Amino acid sequence: ARRARAMQRQGQTPSIVDRPLPKGRSEVSLSAFSFLFSELVQYHRTRASSIAELEQKLSEAGEGVGSRMLEVLAHREKSNRREIRLQGILQFINTNVWRCLFGKVADSLEIYNDDEYVLGDKSLVVNRYISVPKDLGDLNCGAFAAGVVKGVLRDAGFPAEVSAYYAEVDGQRTPKTNILMKFAPEVLEREKRLGA
Amino acid sequence: TRNGGSSGAKKDDAAHLHQFVMHASLDFVDARVWETTNMHLRLVDKFNDLSVYAFVTAGGTRFLLLHDQRIEESNIGVFFHDVHELWLRVSMNPFHTKRTPILDKTFDLRVRECAKSHFP
Repeated sequence: ARRARAMQRQGQTPSIVDRPLPKGRSEVSLSAFSFLFSELVQYHRTRASSIAELEQKLSEAGEGVGSRMLEVLAHREKSNRREIRLQGILQFINTNVWRCLFGKVADSLEIYNDDEYVLGDKSLVVNRYISVPKDLGDLNCGAFAAGVVKGVLRDAGFPAEVSAYYAEVDGQRTPKTNILMKFAPEVLEREKRLGA
Repeated sequence: TRNGGSSGAKKDDAAHLHQFVMHASLDFVDARVWETTNMHLRLVDKFNDLSVYAFVTAGGTRFLLLHDQRIEESNIGVFFHDVHELWLRVSMNPFHTKRTPILDKTFDLRVRECAKSHFP
């Protein structure tokens, strides 16, 4: 960081390697993000041949974010500790990742089956300002958030199929978004091996 | 993976052996990652007088250090920490993928500076 300031004084642009890592306290305006996200969806909509492919593209975009979130947050918030247990990585996503990306922790984390866990968010930012026309039927842009989760899980060593779907909630006008994580058998075997 | 501190008169043979030993040690790293939440795994493998130390990031990227002389183990931890910080900045680049080699000259320069300062 000292080197970066010295270079700036000399009028040179410091390499990214010399600049300090952001402290993570900066925020982006919601409208700016919503605009960018809507452009992302529209871009892929024209190029995808099916709803599934569109969701796949959104998910891939999210994976890059998730992968980087895992590295940066482990360094910044978890003093260089890796997660080696399922509960650990789920809590990490529930708390650290959600708080960094959306400003609050996720609303719920439940277990459905041995290999299926569901993370719930009452009002996922990426879905809040998206209205899906009839011809796009089942599309859920929460696929982007599912991609973020998938990227985190994959890089941490807990590969899973991750998808987003809506669930109606009594007393709430808009449905909540659920993120379903179905873990690969190797994850469950390793969990069993490492002990309950 | 980063290679630091290797020395040898027969440069070609030594380089091949070093690469081989480091790749072989990856199997031990794979086993060790599930035993601890630390990123620094310390000594993971030895081959004759060659020692391999490893550091694994949260996303599973491995840094390997091969050395053929006795060195202060405490310096290795600090070295890995510094390289980790440099690597974080490179990996945050949206165009960087885990499959692409890091070609950034400044990165290379800073890693070598770290090596020189921790392993004089």
